[in-house]
Amino acid sequence: MAEVVLEINNLTRRFGAFTAVDKLTLSVNASEVFSLLGSNGAGKTTTIKMLTTLLPPTSGEARVAGFSIITQAVGVRRAIGYVPQAVSVDGSLTGYENLLIFAKLYDLPHREQKGRIKEALEFMNLTADGGRLVSEYSGGMVRRLEIAQSTLHRPKVLFLDEPTVGLDPIARDAVWKHLMDLRTNYGTTLFFTTHYLEEAESHCDRIAIMHQGKLDALGTCKELEASLGPGHTLNDVFVHYAGNALDAGNNFRAVSAERATAGRLG
Amino acid sequence: MTAAFIRPLTGFVEKTFVIAEFELRKLRHDFTELITRALQPALWLLIFGQVFARSGAIHTGGIPYLDFIAPGILAQSVLFVAIFYGINVIWERDLGIVQKFLASPTPRAALVLGKGFSAGVRTLSQAVIVYSLSLLLGVKLNWAPPALLNVLVTVILAATLFSTFSLVIACIVKTRERFMGVGQVLTMPLFFASNAIYPTDIMPGWLKLVSHLNPLTYVVDALRTCMLAGSTSDFGLTVDYVVMLATTTVLVLMGAKLYPRLAT
Repeated sequence: MAEVVLEINNLTRRFGAFTAVDKLTLSVNASEVFSLLGSNGAGKTTTIKMLTTLLPPTSGEARVAGFSIITQAVGVRRAIGYVPQAVSVDGSLTGYENLLIFAKLYDLPHREQKGRIKEALEFMNLTADGGRLVSEYSGGMVRRLEIAQSTLHRPKVLFLDEPTVGLDPIARDAVWKHLMDLRTNYGTTLFFTTHYLEEAESHCDRIAIMHQGKLDALGTCKELEASLGPGHTLNDVFVHYAGNALDAGNNFRAVSAERATAGRLG
Repeated sequence: MTAAFIRPLTGFVEKTFVIAEFELRKLRHDFTELITRALQPALWLLIFGQVFARSGAIHTGGIPYLDFIAPGILAQSVLFVAIFYGINVIWERDLGIVQKFLASPTPRAALVLGKGFSAGVRTLSQAVIVYSLSLLLGVKLNWAPPALLNVLVTVILAATLFSTFSLVIACIVKTRERFMGVGQVLTMPLFFASNAIYPTDIMPGWLKLVSHLNPLTYVVDALRTCMLAGSTSDFGLTVDYVVMLATTTVLVLMGAKLYPRLAT
């Protein structure tokens, strides 16, 4: 049986009367590539913030690499890497400096720091640009540097919040190639959110679809497609489960099923 | 038993210096800021100071008025630079930088103190400016090495104190607009309700009380004691340092508690 690296149990977060994440329960195995899908406001980012210990849950529990996000936050932080949706490297430092500060903050042994940074720059194809200020980098380079920064300490789980948003297709492919290499070479578990279904389809072992804070579907792409009957695409699955949050109501399922059907026929 | 206490402590100190180091590295890439900052103390000393020295309106005991306000203007420029330091973390929050640091195992207090301390070191340029201007204006400075060392330590400590205060405000208000508003509202009262440009003796009773609760008063007292030749302290250097250190400690602890608010 595969080792479970992420175990989420009834995780709930409320903001006042609004429930952003509602009794989320799921587990992710080591070295798995796992994606959280859902429309805007479905609770994906709130989930990632709780798992990375940035936001305490209202109730429920999660264990990351065996550490409780509630009582062993520092243990969790040592075991994970986090690439937020917004830019998280400092433009007024060089690429090398951005990596050096994290090498120091994560207590990499002094002798290994330089080697590890060199390796990370090579791995992300940034060797020639390590000495340049990050403010001169392109969007794709910034993302690759952020991933290098978050994986210097070889985390067990890497959390990425919409890692390819705003990138052109070539930069996106490059980012994905490097992410998959991380998994292959270091066994890193990738847990990410995305809006791009084709990314989930081509890279993920399993996906989860969230809707209004709840887990609506969980499985491999093939399983989810098959669950709607033959001939469905992942897109149909997404529309079926996540749909349009603004339209949410009693007959939501019916409406989205109709649309999916119409789409297939049309 | 002791090792269990020492390890977190050395880790905390080490991480504080890592944060400060990289804040200072940013300065190396862009130091126009240092030059623009020099302007304000120059205006206060050359214009305000000269005019009030001529008028003789403010009685400052045995020392000339320009000598009296030189340390006050140094303290003021430290305050003005430090009080807006928090805008940086709001900027870093709007990007994803704060979130990434908070998701790392770095102690929160080290994140806060490291930033505050780097602001302290940055502010040393203000001391160089005020000393140069004072020299030019004929202020009788105390050049004894222990006195200079005290000025250096006081400037760093004062800037750490007020920039940490600024960070605490940033963690509470979270947006740039509100932060600028609060910053503007705070600087002038802190400045005027202190002994920076007039002695507290000429203040009405209530204002004198307020000024004695104002940490800037103790910063000015420490600077005045050490910068000027033949000057004496109102409170004693020990009291000044105790007030500055205690206030900084309380603010760092508050900042450590509030800093995670920036990630939400």
